[in-house]
Amino acid sequence: MSMNSIRDTFFEECEELLEALVEGLAQLEEAPDDTEVVNAVFRSVHSIKGGAGAFGLDRLVNFAHTFETVMDKVRDRELAVDEKLIGLFHRSGDMLSDLVASARDETELDDTNEASLFQELESYLGPGGEEEEFSFEAMTLDIDDPSPIAIDLPSENASSEHCFDIHFKPFKTLYENGHEPILIFDALAELGNLTSEVDLSGIPSFDEFDPSDSILSWKLRLTTSEPETTLHEVFEFVEGLCVLEISEGEAGTEKAGKPTVLEPVREAEEKAIGTASSGDGTASSTTEPNATPQSTASEKQEAGAPPVQPKENRGPKPTLRVDLDRVDRLINTVGELIINQAMISQRIEELDLPTVAHLTNELEAYKLLARDIQEGVMAIRAQPVKPLFQRMSRIVREASDATNKKAKLVTVGDSTEVDKTVIERLADPLTHMIRNAVDHGLEKSKDREAVGKDPTGTIRLSASHRSGSVFIEIADDGAGLDRERILAKAIEKDLVAADAELSEPEIDNLLFLPGFSTAGQVSNLSGRGVGMDVVKNAVQALGGRVSISSTPGKGTTFTIVLPLTLAVMDGFVISVSDQTMVIPIASILETIRPNARDVHIIGTDSEVVSVRGSYVPIVDVAESLGLTERQGSRGNGILLLVSTEGNGLTALRVTSIHDQRQVVIKSLESNYTAIRGVSAATILGDGKIALILDPEELIRLGHSGCADPLMPQNKMELRHG
Amino acid sequence: MADTAEVRSETQFEFITFSAGGQSFCLEITQIREIRRWTPVTALPHTPEDVLGVMNLRGAVIPIFDLAARFGLGSTPANERNVVIVAAVGGTTIGLLVESVSEILSVEKSAIQETPDIKSDATKHSILGMISVDETMVRVVNLDAVLETERGMS
Repeated sequence: MSMNSIRDTFFEECEELLEALVEGLAQLEEAPDDTEVVNAVFRSVHSIKGGAGAFGLDRLVNFAHTFETVMDKVRDRELAVDEKLIGLFHRSGDMLSDLVASARDETELDDTNEASLFQELESYLGPGGEEEEFSFEAMTLDIDDPSPIAIDLPSENASSEHCFDIHFKPFKTLYENGHEPILIFDALAELGNLTSEVDLSGIPSFDEFDPSDSILSWKLRLTTSEPETTLHEVFEFVEGLCVLEISEGEAGTEKAGKPTVLEPVREAEEKAIGTASSGDGTASSTTEPNATPQSTASEKQEAGAPPVQPKENRGPKPTLRVDLDRVDRLINTVGELIINQAMISQRIEELDLPTVAHLTNELEAYKLLARDIQEGVMAIRAQPVKPLFQRMSRIVREASDATNKKAKLVTVGDSTEVDKTVIERLADPLTHMIRNAVDHGLEKSKDREAVGKDPTGTIRLSASHRSGSVFIEIADDGAGLDRERILAKAIEKDLVAADAELSEPEIDNLLFLPGFSTAGQVSNLSGRGVGMDVVKNAVQALGGRVSISSTPGKGTTFTIVLPLTLAVMDGFVISVSDQTMVIPIASILETIRPNARDVHIIGTDSEVVSVRGSYVPIVDVAESLGLTERQGSRGNGILLLVSTEGNGLTALRVTSIHDQRQVVIKSLESNYTAIRGVSAATILGDGKIALILDPEELIRLGHSGCADPLMPQNKMELRHG
Repeated sequence: MADTAEVRSETQFEFITFSAGGQSFCLEITQIREIRRWTPVTALPHTPEDVLGVMNLRGAVIPIFDLAARFGLGSTPANERNVVIVAAVGGTTIGLLVESVSEILSVEKSAIQETPDIKSDATKHSILGMISVDETMVRVVNLDAVLETERGMS
């Protein structure tokens, strides 16, 4: 592993740690007294500091250190967590994330913010507290909560005095990470009577002396009434950075029981070295700062010592970074495998062999395996939106600070999995929309109180899978769109004619016009000339669409609908005219084979069907797609009842339904362009392509009639067929 | 391609010639991925006349254009000998339906003549140059132009 890749790993870990930090702070808001949460937050900051120390990122270390020190006071219960402190922690977390980013990208960071945060943080520390607080005494805090451990302890252990022999040999990295043995010893001394003996035998001759190397080791004897786990907690933060053996003996007797060894388990070799209790020099030089600390729980069990309950899964999960192209190629190939399997099945059926039972079984197994592979491969690309949503909480914080409004972010469905590319490319538009929601959507606290609302505005960010699409909603509970002002503005900017009569949705959609900005006064947040049109373009580039709905006094909701480009979808295989197509099952409420007397004609050629007493408009799919001419009698076919965002219930008429199956979604855009009414394509068992219909768009096409001014009206013909 | 051709140091170029709408065209061999027999395609709604539909090329969905119709020479009539030339432009793969593929043509750079100023700008844009072979003229197709008009549509 080169230094660079270690560095990359560190920054990757930082991402995870920062995520954990944000999450922890959010939890802390809910439960300010939860020791576990405080510890988790502390550990995140501490781990970042430790790693940063190893890479000589002083600025990051300094800030993390001050941050951590204040956090430490919270752990010690010297400081109570209040709203102000949480706010400071949030901002410090943001700063930390900026510092990490600037260290990673090696860019300069404006330090005015940093300085003021420093001051604020330090105001929580006593005078001259800085140096003293550079200690790990606070780790003893966990004694407050020994309950999960005490259960496993024989009762006598809890009260009587024990004598522990501790062998402690720090690795070089322990010092590099900014740990100081004397402080650990101080913390131990607080637990009871401590005697120490330093082993100087490792000191080489002066010529060979390397000041940065770790040479000393210690033998400590601690007489205490505390259980062994408490001792481990003292060493918690140096776990993996030293050879540590703690063995228990009766006071004054020889040590008994097997030693407990904490060592990094990065590689089997090192494990062997670490377990050798001598703690020889090689172990110290080969250990890397990012080695995964793991306690060897099984050994502890054997030793008969009280088992240390793993507090949480510490350390980064092992990850693999793979080129996206490779994953995509794999996905494509697996898609082909599925199709190939279907074709083989079909061919074998066609052969009409006399005894195919065993063959069918094997084929079935083949099919299941292929599906398993496919699911696994797909899962590589799909990622939960959680990290993206978490980033947004910062945007809300910053935006509400800048506008002097009170706002909180509520996220829903953050485990919804979305394609990685989509997540990456959604960050900017989402940031913009969240800022807008705070800046334009929410009213000032005073105004909110005046109309009887909670002075703190709520931005609700939610994600869900619906009808084969990903829905992301950004809803505020603000005043709603001021349609009069929007229209006035649009007329002023010459975007619409002064005498134009626009419907409410049309007025709302003016927001998406280029060069439109509603802010009465240009704030430094939004209104920079970058408008919702940028958002719209970004979403469209992802093959999605944005829509607005707004209720005066209640708030505004923006909905982003994105296609699941790489997902497998459950669909009905249907016939439309003479073409085979697929319609997402998720969007279909029910299928109806209508009686002639249930279908009624309104006007010249609009049709409705009566479904349990209510009239539902019918949209003929073939007509919407321009496959057939509009005609008086269309035959009954089969109606698929769908519920849509804008148009309520609608019945889609298709010729027939053949099958229900999982289909692999293939993008049409990659080699061609998007087509209205069609969301993607798929490949059927016979190798032919079937189009996947987009019910929403079909209905829109159906309602506007076929005469879409943007599209040339070409009747489709199958030639060369 | 005329521009790139000038920049390139090799003087020898290989083209595949084919006929569409009764005229002779060619494409540089490096742009062609494969040549396939015609198989029925899946038609697309709301598309112009010259977009025949989409075809499954080993898992990728590729559009098939009727080259003759694209160049305004009328639809290619159904025929057993019709073939689809699969070509790549940038990151996109497309298929072109043509009447038949004739031969591989190896020519010197100097043998490629620039398209003279003709009345139709569209035609001048879609034909990069001309090569004279045994008294007949072969037109060098500008694949970008085939795609551009398509993208312009949407």
